[in-house]
Amino acid sequence: MPDALLEASLVSVAYGKVRAVQEVSLRVAPGTVVSVIGANGAGKTTLLCALMGLLPCTGGVRYAGEDVRELTTERRVARGLSLVAERRELFGSMSVHDNLLLGAFHRRRDPATHADLEAVFERFPRLRERHRQQASTLSGGERQMLALGRALMARPRLLMLDEPSLGLAPLIVHEIFRIVRELKDNGVSILLVEQNARAALQIADYGYVLETGAMALEGPARELEHDPRVVETYLGLGGKEDRERRTRGHGGVDRAGS
Amino acid sequence: MSFDIALFLTQDGLTNGAIYALMALALVLVFAVTRVIFVPQGEFLAYGALTLASLEAGKLPGTIWLLLALGILAFLFDLPGLLRQRRARAALQSATWNLAVPLLIAALVYVMATEQTARPVQIALTCALVVPLGPLLYRVAYQPIADAPVLVLLIVSVALHFALSGLGLLLFGAEGVRTAPFSDASFTAGALVVSGQSLWVYACSVVLMALLYLFFDRTLYGKALRATAVNRIGARLSGISTVFAGRASFLLAASIGVFSGVLIAPITTIYYDTGFLVGLKGFVGAIIGGLISYPLAAAGALLVGLLESFASFYASAFKEVIVFTLIIPVLLWLSLRTHHDEEEE
Amino acid sequence: MRRGLLVLLAGLFAFAPALLSDYWTTLLDYIGLYALVVLGIVLLTGIAGQVSFGQAAFVGLGAYATAWLTTAHDASPWIGLLLGLLVTAVFALVLGLITTRLSGHFLPLGTIAWGLALFYLFGNLEFLGGFTGMSGIPPLQVLGHELRSAQSFFYPIWLCVLAAVLSIQWLLDSRSGRAIRALRSTASMAQSFGVDTATLKVKVFVYAALLAALSGWLYAHFQRFVNPTPFGLHVGIEYLFMAVVGGAGYVWGALLGAALITVLKQLLQSVLPQLVGSSGQFEIVVFGVLLIAVLHGAREGIWGWIDARITPLRPHRRMIAAAAAPAARARPAPDSVLLEVRAARKTFGGLIAVNDVSFEQRAGEILGLIGPNGAGKSTTFNLITGMLPLSGGEVRFRGQSLAGLPPARIARLGIARTFQHVKLVPGMSVLENVALGGHLRGGAGFVRGMLHLERAEERLLLAEAARQIERVGLGEHLHTPAGSLALGMQRIVEVARALAADPTLLLLDEPAAGLRYQEKQALARLLEKLRGEGLSILLVEHDMDFVMGLVDRVVVLDFGVKLAEGLPRTVRDDPVVIEAYLGA
Repeated sequence: MPDALLEASLVSVAYGKVRAVQEVSLRVAPGTVVSVIGANGAGKTTLLCALMGLLPCTGGVRYAGEDVRELTTERRVARGLSLVAERRELFGSMSVHDNLLLGAFHRRRDPATHADLEAVFERFPRLRERHRQQASTLSGGERQMLALGRALMARPRLLMLDEPSLGLAPLIVHEIFRIVRELKDNGVSILLVEQNARAALQIADYGYVLETGAMALEGPARELEHDPRVVETYLGLGGKEDRERRTRGHGGVDRAGS
Repeated sequence: MSFDIALFLTQDGLTNGAIYALMALALVLVFAVTRVIFVPQGEFLAYGALTLASLEAGKLPGTIWLLLALGILAFLFDLPGLLRQRRARAALQSATWNLAVPLLIAALVYVMATEQTARPVQIALTCALVVPLGPLLYRVAYQPIADAPVLVLLIVSVALHFALSGLGLLLFGAEGVRTAPFSDASFTAGALVVSGQSLWVYACSVVLMALLYLFFDRTLYGKALRATAVNRIGARLSGISTVFAGRASFLLAASIGVFSGVLIAPITTIYYDTGFLVGLKGFVGAIIGGLISYPLAAAGALLVGLLESFASFYASAFKEVIVFTLIIPVLLWLSLRTHHDEEEE
Repeated sequence: MRRGLLVLLAGLFAFAPALLSDYWTTLLDYIGLYALVVLGIVLLTGIAGQVSFGQAAFVGLGAYATAWLTTAHDASPWIGLLLGLLVTAVFALVLGLITTRLSGHFLPLGTIAWGLALFYLFGNLEFLGGFTGMSGIPPLQVLGHELRSAQSFFYPIWLCVLAAVLSIQWLLDSRSGRAIRALRSTASMAQSFGVDTATLKVKVFVYAALLAALSGWLYAHFQRFVNPTPFGLHVGIEYLFMAVVGGAGYVWGALLGAALITVLKQLLQSVLPQLVGSSGQFEIVVFGVLLIAVLHGAREGIWGWIDARITPLRPHRRMIAAAAAPAARARPAPDSVLLEVRAARKTFGGLIAVNDVSFEQRAGEILGLIGPNGAGKSTTFNLITGMLPLSGGEVRFRGQSLAGLPPARIARLGIARTFQHVKLVPGMSVLENVALGGHLRGGAGFVRGMLHLERAEERLLLAEAARQIERVGLGEHLHTPAGSLALGMQRIVEVARALAADPTLLLLDEPAAGLRYQEKQALARLLEKLRGEGLSILLVEHDMDFVMGLVDRVVVLDFGVKLAEGLPRTVRDDPVVIEAYLGA
């Protein structure tokens, strides 16, 4: 087994008296896509925030062979760990251009930022068209693109995506997942958290199922997709012929976000 | 009231208003970035003026001890984290900024305080002594509870104000001071006499505001501070440290405070507790700007200056009451005009 | 067990004056006087979220009213009390009407402003003795006894404190109390269940002021001398200190804070001069530094710190007695037009969020509203429920125009909703949260709640809430604090809360978000059952499987414009919808 890029072991997070995540372990191998599925409130977002250092946790978090549990979020970003948060967390009253520029804040002395900005505009032409506009005036899909673009400006080695399809039209969701595949092909490792279990498992190499704060199941994504427990609770039996048809027709996207 | 008196009052009000405007800008800046309503902002003005006065008199300013003590305290606050992380660079950084630099500044002031030095040197020494107190206070008082509710941060601010004004008395005594003006010139236009110092106040305020504007609009650091103000989590995810942003905003606020103190000290007698009311009036201006808008805050502060100037002409005993009572209708109007849903972030 | 311990402690406390020296008894008297004011601040600031720096001024009103009446007119102190309360009530009503309208940071500044103004008023009115004050105030007389000593004053003060604590505890456990607890973080939610939040804020404000005035009255007859100093801004700030240090969100925090700060100040004043000589300002420095240290360690105040460590995760259990359901609303005739949205329009600045959208909903129908984020779905909800005013067009419910009606009035007509971003009061139990939904089905007010005179009605409301919680399948979580539930479950609590309002029309904003497949199935069955009972449901949802299998008709929105409307099957095959939303 190759060395993991990210390895969490027995991570627990508590909000006051409530345990939100309990002794969760996971690993992301370099160059792979790993998906974590589970209901909202299962602790997926909490887990990502803990991995990113936004929330205090117990247990071990190692990234690229280094114990990062004492590092602040900003230092983790500087080491190549990036999170696109569920709520996007954009700078609403600032321009698209400034949002992207600030994504590269930790390498502000690096002359390559300009080339990277160009690359983001290549990847998301919509953002170039709107680069002077305030982030708050963007549509839902454009916001997600901006959030992705801002994270890419940090040159991440591991990109964590929290519900990237949330609240987007099925059309845009399709586009977002295409980009995720592209990033993987460019060598970025991805930790994907999704409620949209079907799409998340289709794109992933390996998958975890998080239930009420603890890991319930894990395995290669292909196997999880057909695991009866996953099918029954998260994917539905697929008995309705109607849904089967649409599912295939839409590249595995069974809903329009949430 | 004759036209001349009105003109005089306007000039007086604008001079004070300019200082309140600087206070208001600092308050808006600190609040936007850290959510701290920085009640002790006025103390920086007083400390700046009193430190300059000590240097002018060839005495050793009391702030020197405060700087050293706060530096040591800040280092002690850093210590547990440093021991846990075991990173040599971080330890070196903390020791440099909290111990070495304050010690260096203190030594410099110690040597030069009793010498006869030129005015610009005295001002530079004043800044070197008082401005670092800003980030140090942030480290010690606010950083450990940076994510606490606004009310708790406000109470900490009030407590800090108590402590600082008490310290002010201990360090500088109860005597008021007035420093030598930058220029003795005065200009006459008709019946109006404008002192050179007032012009200095106007010019410096305008230049400072322009510099602040350029900083926030053009530089990456300025944008990073704005970004923190807009979205703290977003800023952290972009690799902008909120600790950095907090210290930077306190550094700016302290600079503005000291600068205001240096500007106003030749015009008004400054006591150890003068800062509070000046800060409060700046706060009124800041509130008029909704604690968000810089231009509105500055305009509001100018209005307060004018209001106060005219009120003191009619009923000087009641000038504070008039200023604060007239604020209520303004607040009400603002409050009814701005419909914002408090719970939607 | 706990109750027994409490009674024991209270019993011991009653003997305090006999056991303690004069010095400590006097200190206890002062603590009681301060605690009365701080209790008001806990209710006003800690619980209702209205920060006030100006409470000391109300203490002054209470003190000066009785001082003036008893010295200048030889009136009985009891008349003085009446006058003090009356004057304070009038002042507080006027100030409250103005100040509680101030939003956000305007509010504290507003309280500073009138706090200062009243202080100067005391100092500048001739008949109140100016800044020198008034002396010769007669002592209080109870049953023929003159209360002149600290020992004898102990009892009236602490009886008042006891009464205040009880009244606030009871109030918080009542129908009005639930609404008050919702004021701070979820005021708009409270409005949409019929709470008149503006009036409620003023009531809380006046009550807090009356407690302060009561303290002032006691103070005047205890000291038998008043001057403006103890009613100034700095003292007002100190009262707020006491609340925050003790724990602004906790009734017992008020007592703890008052005690700690009072004792601390005494100690500093007596100990420090011995340690560092007579530099008078040293105590304020130490005081400030200690306060900061306390808040670093316990930002919820000391009572909050204790609460988090000592008390286990123990829900606040309420007894639920079997009770009949409160009266239910008459249902409209099936298939009659219930809701008409005609060319509804909402603009924010230059942005058109909802652009002339029209649709109608019939009674007993589930209508789905779909579209991507930013399509205007939630804005449409807010237009229907009156949270946002229409920029143009019209909304009619059962034939009546809703234009210009506040959310509370619209709720009364039988519209209940859930929120996209869950709006529960996190510290309240599921039961209490859901009972808030039935706010309009009860009528007991502030005062009846405070005196516990509304127990029969309260039983009815709680029983109804419990029934609705059972109905949505959360029966085992009745007493769990709502904030500790998973987000998906919180959404279901919101459904139960809406049902507790006995609505005719139910607006659900993404109820299935975050639910797993099986839970979604259960929710769909519940909604189908509700439809069967004649309820009409307007549903915003993203999950196409969920929507398409459940609803009778669909309206598709995109960029504020209606793209399509019709049966699920036809909409799904509509080329416009596929092009703009679903994708090929």
